[in-house]
This record gives sequence, C-alpha cells and structure tokens, in this order.
Amino acid sequence: MQKQVSDARAAIAGIRSGMTLMLGGFGLCGIPEKCIHALADSDITDLTCISNNAGVDDFGLGLLLQSRQIKKMIASYVGENAEFERQMLSGDLEVDLIPQGSLAERCRAAGAGIPAFFTPAGYGTEVGEGKEVRFFDGNPHILELALHADFAIVKAWKGDTDGNLIYKGTARNFNPVMAMAGTVTIAEVEILVEAGQLDPNQIHTPGIFVQRIFQGDHYAKRIEQRTTRSHAG
Amino acid sequence: MLDKNGIAKRISRELHDGWYVNLGIGIPTLVANYVPEGIEVTFQSENGILGMGPFPYEGEEDADLINAGKQTITALPGAAIFDSATSFAMIRGRHIQLTVLGAMEVSDNGDIANWKIPGKLVKGMGGAMDLVASAENIIVAMMHTNRAGESKLLPECSLPLTGVNCVRKIVTNMALLEVTPHDGFRLLERAPGVTVREIQDATLGRLLVPDEVPEMQLG
Repeated sequence: MQKQVSDARAAIAGIRSGMTLMLGGFGLCGIPEKCIHALADSDITDLTCISNNAGVDDFGLGLLLQSRQIKKMIASYVGENAEFERQMLSGDLEVDLIPQGSLAERCRAAGAGIPAFFTPAGYGTEVGEGKEVRFFDGNPHILELALHADFAIVKAWKGDTDGNLIYKGTARNFNPVMAMAGTVTIAEVEILVEAGQLDPNQIHTPGIFVQRIFQGDHYAKRIEQRTTRSHAG
Repeated sequence: MLDKNGIAKRISRELHDGWYVNLGIGIPTLVANYVPEGIEVTFQSENGILGMGPFPYEGEEDADLINAGKQTITALPGAAIFDSATSFAMIRGRHIQLTVLGAMEVSDNGDIANWKIPGKLVKGMGGAMDLVASAENIIVAMMHTNRAGESKLLPECSLPLTGVNCVRKIVTNMALLEVTPHDGFRLLERAPGVTVREIQDATLGRLLVPDEVPEMQLG
C-alpha cells in the first residue's frame, strides 16, 4: 500500500465538515502545522478538534478558530489564546476540558482497544460529575472513556515511506498516542526517507498506525516563550 | 515577608536527595534555582521530559525542547524524553516524589482550586488534576492573600476544585503551613518579619497555632 502522499492538501483528502480530528502537539511544539494550514485553506467546517492546546491567535489551531472552522474543542489547557476565550465565553465554541493525563490515556486507550479505564484524576471536581465512581484500595476513581477520531494528524521529525516515525525532543508529546487513535492517521515529517533507511530500534511510532505520510517544507516551529540565560549568569 | 524567590527558596529546603520532582508553572518553576548543595533531584516536566535543565544560552533555543510552561529549556546529560501517556504514567503511578504547584485557593482540609474562575477565566486544568490526584507529596506555592487582600487559605474553596483532600504543605509569602487530617491548617513557620497575629488575620480557614512558631531559615 502506498502511504506517501505529495503534500498536506493531498493528505487531508476525505476530511469532511463535522468530523472529529486529533492533532498532536503541546503548545506550538510538535504541531502538524502543514495540515493545519491546509485545513485553514479548505472550506471544511464544524470540526471537533482534540488537541492538548488550541494554539495561539495567529498560529496552530488558532488559525482554524479565527476562520470559525471549529465547532468543538477538546483540550486540557487553552490559555494564551484570546480568540479562543472570546468564542468560548460567548458560547460560540463548545469546549470540553479534560485533565492532561486523562486526555493522553484516553487517546492511548482508543488505540490500544481499551474502551474505558478508571483514574483518580478529576474525582470530586466538575470533571467527575456524572461519571461512574469506583473505589480501589480505598481510593475513589472515575470512569473515563477512550477517545476516537476520524482522523489523527501528527507531526514527527523523521519518517519513512512505510509510516514509521521518529520524534525529536519534547515535540513527541501527544503525537504517538494520537497516531494510535485515528481511524486514519496522517503523519507530516521534516525528513522522509525510503522504508528500510531507519534503524528499527529507534522507531517511536510503528508504521502500522500511520496511513498517510508526507514531507513538509520550511517548518516555522514557532516558540511561544523564548527563555534564555546569559553567559555571565 | 517573602517574595516569590523567597517562597521558592523555602520550598527547595523540602527537597530530598534522589527525588523526582514536578514543578508547576509560576513560583514553583523558581524552585529549580535553589536546589541545596549536596542534593540531587531530577525535574520532570509533564510535556515529556525527565532531567530538565536550565534555560538555554541565547541563540541556542530549540523549538523542539520546551517545558510544560512552553518555555525553551535544555536537557541535562542523562535526560529522558517520552510521550504524554508515559509522562502521566509516571505521575499517576506515583513514581514522582514531589509535586509543587500554584493555587488560587486552598481549603483547610487540603482541597485545591487553581484552574477556573467561572464566567471570567477558563484556562483549563492542564496536568494539575492528574498531579494532585496521585502525588503523595504536594506542596502549594502561593501568596497568602489575593490581589484584593482576601485570604486564599479558606474553610472551603469557593472556586471549582482541582482536587480534593490532597495538599500536604503550603508555603506562602507569610508562612509555612501543613494540612492536618482533622484540624485544619497547622502553622509551622513564620516568614521573616511576620507575626503570628498577622498570619492569623490573613487566614480564613481553621488555623492551629503551636506555642512555638519559629521563623523560617532560608540559608
């Protein structure tokens, strides 16, 4: 099966209005910026987007918020985005906030064929309202369900034409678990090589989880908080 | 009275050699600057790194290497990088010995609120709910009162909760307190120049005051 596609536009073929997408990344680190741009250029709307964050006003998922293509956002943290806050407080955007560890595990569970699991996170809070509670070793846990997506879109550093992926630095974050959870998973990479060129020992996401892959050019990789120290200090 | 760095400095004295520690955004991040001599701790950031180092030198920032506060960082020799599910396995699985995080409110039974002000501010809980639900040792770093001068140490939190019955210790600009199982806060230390009376006046929750309340040692 040919997994390699030419570019982001070809990669997002089949994504339709009203679908649920998962997008990897933490803040702006490790986000699939090429596919986000391609979605922003499309007329696809009413998307449910599952991603740890919602980008910033003019980059990442913030672009799809600006163009009002997102109907519902499922995330753990959405600060740093004024447009997001405006749409949420006015009721234009549906928002489901999920503890970060539960978000990651719900993606992993979907990919691993586990329909639900119990976690202590969120017990006794708004997050736990209406959810089944069970005690294990005397401690309360709430039932969380696996999160599936029609398409998962991830970003890796290096990939091969079989869909095997290697991430770089903390750009790994949610990408491996989301890659597992998509009905169709699209991977965009900075470097694409022929199958057989990567060391099997170094693969983070095995190609079985990836259906489409392409190499993007000129990644912006914007930095949200540029913090440095001086040589003197 | 302590400033933010003073709070971080006092918390750093709670560190033990060999611990894995998760520091939240804000004052907690500063704790990394004051690790006492002779103690080695490994800092975890929940976006997926163990062995987080200091900020990079100017010009050496890497967009692919950030902490959970989205700040550019470095990785120390021996660091490890992993995905978000593995990161929270470390947290939920109680492999992390200490979590330090900020709070908007703490109640005298150890409830914490730090993620939402209804109708005003909704940033989300990030990893805080997972951290407080599982960590065995949670220290809150915060100012004793809010900007309006109202106590943040309450009989009951008024804001939506992040976790219940989980905070062990609190270090504020005025005091070090612990949460007792049944009797509310217990005052352990006073910040330099702060009287017991001032702490009592700034604390709305139940407060146990022992006969002797030593002044903090920050050295």
